[in-house]
Order: sequence, then structure tokens, then C-alpha cells
Amino acid sequence: MLKFSKEHEWVRVEGDIGTVGITDYAQQQLGDVVFVEVPEVGRVVEKGGEIAVVESVKAASDIYAPVGGTVVEANAALSDSPGDVNADPMGKAWFFKLKIANKGELGELMDEAGYANYVKGLE
Amino acid sequence: MTDAPSSAPLQRTPLYDLHRELGGKMVPFAGYEMPVQYPMGVLGEHLHTRGACGLFDVSHMGQIRLTAKPGQDLVGALESLVPGDIRGLKPGQMRYTQLTNDQGGILDDLMVTSTGDHLLLVVNAACKHEDLAHIRKGIENRVEIEPMFARGLLALQGPRAVDVLSRYAAQARAMVFMTGAFLRIDGVECYVTRSGYTGCDGYEIATPASSATHVARLLLSNAEVKPIGLGARDSLRLEAGLCLYGHDIDTTTTPIEAGLLWSVGKERRAQGGFPGAAVVQKQIAEGAPRRRVGLKPEGRTIAREGAEIVDGAGKVVGKVTSGGFGPSLNGPMAMGYVERAHAANGTKLALVVRGKPAAAEVVPMPFVKHTYFRG
Repeated sequence: MLKFSKEHEWVRVEGDIGTVGITDYAQQQLGDVVFVEVPEVGRVVEKGGEIAVVESVKAASDIYAPVGGTVVEANAALSDSPGDVNADPMGKAWFFKLKIANKGELGELMDEAGYANYVKGLE
Repeated sequence: MTDAPSSAPLQRTPLYDLHRELGGKMVPFAGYEMPVQYPMGVLGEHLHTRGACGLFDVSHMGQIRLTAKPGQDLVGALESLVPGDIRGLKPGQMRYTQLTNDQGGILDDLMVTSTGDHLLLVVNAACKHEDLAHIRKGIENRVEIEPMFARGLLALQGPRAVDVLSRYAAQARAMVFMTGAFLRIDGVECYVTRSGYTGCDGYEIATPASSATHVARLLLSNAEVKPIGLGARDSLRLEAGLCLYGHDIDTTTTPIEAGLLWSVGKERRAQGGFPGAAVVQKQIAEGAPRRRVGLKPEGRTIAREGAEIVDGAGKVVGKVTSGGFGPSLNGPMAMGYVERAHAANGTKLALVVRGKPAAAEVVPMPFVKHTYFRG
């Protein structure tokens, strides 16, 4: 299952683990990404909480947790190759994985078609 | 970068339509709609400028022409407003200086070029109307002051700029850094200086408003020239260690605190005669209480404007005034003011980013070596 937040994060759900990254629209808006700060394993975050930072040449932007949970893995490779966020935002450039606390929160997110419509409304 | 502080309608430079045509992402800047980037993106534009050649629209900056009124001393008049050595400017020479206030604070920084008959000033966009009023108030009894705010100003920067411009005006090749000349580019009478705001070799080309787009298109027709937006302009100047007015220098900083003593004329240090001279002279003699320094973070964390600078004990000793990622440096960089005791190169400090200290060292600037052509 793939879900999207209004803040342009995606979460791919397998079992009770969610893998989180930012969307292609988000990376386009950010421009060239030059630094990513991913969370420490074990960190507990609520839905909508600030959990990571992505810096483009222009500015720093917070990444929010699309659902609440506990971080179980972070993509350390991103600190060496932040450009992956521009090149492959939905794949290689995942930010972190978390154990989802309440899968009910997923229902408040958009599916792929819903997100595509949402983005169209922003352009 | 300085955004327009008011809700006044945004102005456009003569190149506005061309920016749109080239896919420029337009943003408000200093009262103008300006391109922050083109489809190439800030990183690509920055690296293209350092590697080949970039064309920047800087027509929003203020061009002002000063001419002596009969029997008056033009140089003496301007020197009453700036600490730079204007007397020593030979025709065709250009100099960097500042308009200072009575406290020695910086009202604006500017370039002054002597044509022999006139002095040509280039001032910051956000300050130009206040500068004009300030200059009028100070010297209009002695000097004809002609704002030329509608004119075009293009910056052609990078190692290939010399080859490109020489195709249209062969004399461009022989010009050296910080000199200017009237050059004809495809029939357009331009005033060209070998100068810029990137740390690269290059030129600034002043054109009549009506010919700015023509000259820009001509330069862009060369394969090695790409249009460059404000985003890369900022990262290029920061790598070059150059001050951005309103951020790294303002009315609360003196030229000495800002590390601009080199731009204060040798005789003028002794003789004074510019606004705030007493403050500046005292700081030259005794040292300034704080200094603008370069800061190189050890890791990859980017400290931006406003970040606090702390010493080993966590005590705040200064503030970052410009910070970002340097594409050519391939890492973060910053400049800011620190108390004098912490200003020596090699001093270990930390920059507070999102509540955490990121280790950094005071380093000499520029971050990326200047490649000016000095003959």
C-alpha cells in the first residue's frame, strides 16, 4: 500500500512497517538537494511531527511523519548522496522506516490518484 | 536575499520577457520580479558559471552618473561620502567602496568607475532610491547627479566570458580586472567593466534599456553561455567571500568590522573626511570589537543566516550572516561576525543548527579561489 500526505511525503506500507520519503513534486519544488538529516533509530514520532530535514541549495525544509510510530531504520546513504532525493525520490532516496503505531492513521492519507489530483490543484 | 519590504507593485527589468521565455522562475527581489533560477537549477547554474560562462540580469541594480558642476571638484565631493580612494582612480579604473553614515555604519556598498569625464556608480537595488537621496543631499550643490535606473546591466561571468565577449568586441580581451571601457557590441554602445560578483573572471555590461534584450540574446546565442538566476548568484558570491548588503553588511557594521579595510584608501585612513571617519579611524588603530570571518563547518550540516556562533563552552560569540552550500566547494560554508577574541583563523567554534552545535573553524576567505584576470 502506497499513501501520500498533503505535505508531500509518501509512505509505503508492508505489514506494520512504513517506509517514508518525499514525492517527485516535493523534490522538484525543493530544487537541488545538498543535505539530508535522517532521524535516529528508536525515535518516537507522532503523525505530523518533524522527523527529518532536507536542505536544498535554497533552503532547509522539515519532513513530517505521515503517520506516527517508532523509527526502526534510517537511510544513512542519503548523507553521502543527497542528490538521490532529486534523482530517485520514490525509490533509492527513502528517508526512514518506522513501525506504525496506529494503522488507522493511514486512512487519513491520500492514495496515488488522490495525490495526483491534489498536486494538480497546486499548479 | 532582500525581498521587497512593501506591497508596492513589483518592477520589471528590460529582460523580464526573456526570463519568462527561458523558463525563469520569477520571485520578488528588492522590488523587482527576478529569476531565482532557470530549468537548469541552482546547482547546475553555479557549476556552469565556474566551468564555462553564465549570463546574469543585474539590471535591477542602480546605475548613477556623477558629473562635476562648473568649477567643482567631483572627486572631492564623492570622497565626502565614501572612505574609498576616489582621487587615485585613473580614467577607466574601477573601485569598490561604501557609503557610510556618521557612526561609520554602511548605508550601501558600491562600485565606482571613472570615465575621465564622469564617475559611474553601481549601487544595490534595494538601496538605490535611498542612496540617490543621500547623495543628492550630500553633494548636489557640487555635482550633477543622474540616476539611470532604467538601463540594462548584464553580468557575463566565468572562464569563457573573455572568449565570448571578444567575439563582439575584441578590446574586451585586453581589459584587466577592475577597469572599464566603452565597447560597441553589435552596434550597441555599452559601458563594460571587467568585474563581477562571482569570484570568476568576467564582465559587467551596461546597456541602454531598449538594447538590453538584444545584447542578452546575442550573448546567449553562444553555446557556452547559459542564463543564471539569483540563487546561483548568491552561492557564487558566498564562495567568493563577497558581502551581500543587508545581510553581511548594513548600517550597524563598519567597513573595519566587515574586513573591508583593504577598500579604505591609505591616505583616507589618515586624513578621514568621510562620514563616520572618527569611528573607522579608531577601529583601525585599536581593532574592531568584532570581525566578519569565514566559517567552515566540519560536517555536512548547513548553517544559514541567523544561526548563533558559540565557543567551546557554549557561549554565544557571534551570528552567521550568510550560510549555505557551496557547489564548487562541495560542502557547507558560512560567514558571520564574531567577537574579536574568536576571530583568528583556525579558531574552533560551533554553529547552532536546529538546536545542536555543529563544529566549525574560522577560515580565511574566499572559500573558492578568485580567478580574476589581472593581466
